[in-house]
Amino acid sequence: MAAVAETKEVKKIIDLGLEEGAKKLTPERIEKTINNALTAMGGARLDAYVSTCIHCGLCSEACHYYLSHDGDPHFSPVGKVKQTMWEILKHKGRVSPAAIKQMAEIAYTECNLCRRCSMYCPFGIDIAYLISSVRRMCHLLGVTPQYLQDTAHSHSATMNQMWLKQDEWIDTLFWQEDDYRREIKNLTIPLDKEGADIMYSVIGPEPKFLAMLIGNAAKIMHVAGVNWTFPSFDGWDNSDMAMFSGDQEIMGRVKRAHFEAAMRLKVKRIVMGECGHAFRSVYDVGNRWFGWKMPPVPIIHAIQFYYELIKEGRLKIVKKFKEPVTLHDPCNVVRGRGLQEMARYVINAICEDFREMSPNREHNFCCAAGGGVINCGPPWKMKRMEGNRVKAEQMKATGARIVITPCHNCHSGLEDIIGYYKLGMRTKFISDILVDAIEVPEAMKVKK
Amino acid sequence: MKFIMSEGFYAFVSGPMVWVAFLVFIFGSAYRVYKIISGLKKEAVVLPYMSFKYSLRSIAHWATPFGTVNWRRHPIMTVVTFLFHFCLIVTPVFLLAHNILWLRAWHIKWWTLPEGLADFMTLLVMLCCLFFLLRRLIEREVKFVTYPSDFFILTIVFLPFFTGFLAYHQLFLPYKALIITHILFGEIMLMAIPFTRLAHMLFSVFTRAYTGSEFGMVRHARDW
Repeated sequence: MAAVAETKEVKKIIDLGLEEGAKKLTPERIEKTINNALTAMGGARLDAYVSTCIHCGLCSEACHYYLSHDGDPHFSPVGKVKQTMWEILKHKGRVSPAAIKQMAEIAYTECNLCRRCSMYCPFGIDIAYLISSVRRMCHLLGVTPQYLQDTAHSHSATMNQMWLKQDEWIDTLFWQEDDYRREIKNLTIPLDKEGADIMYSVIGPEPKFLAMLIGNAAKIMHVAGVNWTFPSFDGWDNSDMAMFSGDQEIMGRVKRAHFEAAMRLKVKRIVMGECGHAFRSVYDVGNRWFGWKMPPVPIIHAIQFYYELIKEGRLKIVKKFKEPVTLHDPCNVVRGRGLQEMARYVINAICEDFREMSPNREHNFCCAAGGGVINCGPPWKMKRMEGNRVKAEQMKATGARIVITPCHNCHSGLEDIIGYYKLGMRTKFISDILVDAIEVPEAMKVKK
Repeated sequence: MKFIMSEGFYAFVSGPMVWVAFLVFIFGSAYRVYKIISGLKKEAVVLPYMSFKYSLRSIAHWATPFGTVNWRRHPIMTVVTFLFHFCLIVTPVFLLAHNILWLRAWHIKWWTLPEGLADFMTLLVMLCCLFFLLRRLIEREVKFVTYPSDFFILTIVFLPFFTGFLAYHQLFLPYKALIITHILFGEIMLMAIPFTRLAHMLFSVFTRAYTGSEFGMVRHARDW
C-alpha cells in the first residue's frame, strides 16, 4: 500500500564495476553475505535506528539531492534507506542481483555521507551509518563502482590513493622544494626528521596533480619557523577511499600506516592538508577500527593549524586578498570537527571581503562530491551535477567571485558545479590565498 | 455485542488483562532496551562516546518546540507533534476516571485534570492523529516511506482516545460496550509499544543522546 508512490526518472548509467559485479551474484550468495555482514555489524545500532524511525520524512529537506530534484522522495535520506536497508531487512537478505546493483547505485552515488540529515532527524538517527552499512554489504558482494574500486585497489597496493611510487613521491617533494627556492632562500622540505614537532600529511592527489599545494605548505612552515617533516615512506597519504567503498580492512591498513609513520618519526602531532574525508578517516573512523577512542597521535586539520599560526603571530598578514570571497564549510571538518569559527577567523584575517553563504556552518549544503561520490568517476558526473542545483544557487547568491574550499573533494566538486551551472566563480584553498598574504622576512627572500 | 458487554468479559479486560498489559509493556520495554544496550557493548564504538552533558544538550534542544532549525522549518508539524505527544501522555495519566481506578485498587492518588480540559486534550490527540494521517496520504516524501504498519500504529494510538471520548460523552453505542472496548484498546496500545515502531518512545532518547554525544564530544559541533 502506498509503498512506491512515484517512479523515479530512470537514466541508465553503465558502470562496469556494478554491472560485472552483479553478474557474478547468486541469490544464495547475496543472502549469506548480507546475513554474515549483519551479524558482524552487531545489529544493536541498526535495530535501534530501524525501530525508532517513525517514517515522518522530516529528514528530507536536509538532503541536497532531494532539494535539487524538486522534492523527489527517492532522494530523501529516509527514501534512500527505504530503497536499500529496509528492503534488505524486510527480505532478510533475500534480494536479487539486480536489486543489489540498484542499492549500490543509491548508496554510492546518491549519498555523500555528509551527515546533515542527522541534524534534521528529530531522533538523531545516523542515516549515513545506515547507508555506509549498505556500502559495506555491496563491497562484500563485490558490487562497487569501478573508479572507486580502482582507488581502493591503489590504497591496497601502494598505500596511497594515486598509484604513486615511492620515488615519485620523494621526487615531487624535491621538485617543489627546488621550485620554491627561487622565492625563498634555503627552503627545505624535511624528510624523515625524527623528533620533529609536526608530521605533515597530504592526500595522494597532492603529489599527483596538485603539487603546488605541497610547495605552499612548505612556504608556510618555513616562514612560520615550524619544525616539521614528511615521511619518505608509506604513511604519507592520509586519504582513504577504502573507507567509503566499504572496505574497512584496507581502510584500517592505510590508517595504521599513517599513524605508524607518525610514531616512527616520534612527532608530537600530525597536521594534515586541506582535506575533509581524510580528516574523518584519521580523526573519527580509523582510530575506532583499532580500538583507540581518539587518534593515538594528536591530529589537526590545516584550518586549525593556520588559525594557530596567525593567532600566535607566527604568520604576519601583510597583503589581504581583495576579491570578494565566500566559504564552503566542508562537512567533515565542520559537522565533523567544529572548525567553522577558526575558518572564519583565518579567512577574515587574509581576505578583505568575506561573504557568508546561507545556510552556513553546520547547516551548509554538501558539495555532492564527498563520501566517495566524485571518486565514482566520469560515469556519474552528470548525476552529481543534477543532484546539487541548490549548491549552485547558494553559491551564486553570495555574489562572491571566489569560493574558499578547505577540502579536496569539495574543491573538485564545486569546480564542476561552477562549470556546469556557469557561475563564473573559482575555487581556492585557504593556502592558495595565505601564501600570498603573509609577510616573508627580507632575510628569507631570494634577491633577484 | 452480547459477549463484549458480558460481565465476564468486562471482568477479564478490567482485571487480569490489565495486569497482562502492564507486565508486557514494562517487561517488553525493559527487554528491548536491555537487548540494545547489551548489543552496543559488542559494537564497542558507541558507549565509550556517550557524554551525559552533550546528551542533555541535544535532548534539551530537540525537546523544545522551535528549539532547532528543523522544528522552525516546519511550524505546523512542530506544534502538532508537541501537542500530540504532550496530550497523549498527560491525558491518560492524570484523567479523573483513571485516577479513581488507581485510588480504588491501590489507594494511591495524584493530580487530576479538570474533566473539561481532559476532554479537550483527548479531542486534540484525535485531531493530531488525523493530521498525521493526512500528512501520510498527501505529502510526497512521507507517502513514499509510508507502509501499512504506519497506518496500523496510528490506529492503535487513535482508538483508545476515540473510544474513551465516545464513552465519556456516551455516544453511539451503549456505555458498557464503549468502556470495554476502550479498556481493550488501551491495553493493546500499551502492549504494542515495545514491539512496534511505537518503541520510539523508548529508544528516541538514546538515539538522540548518542548523536548529541558524538556531535558534542567528538565533532565539537551542534546537532540542531
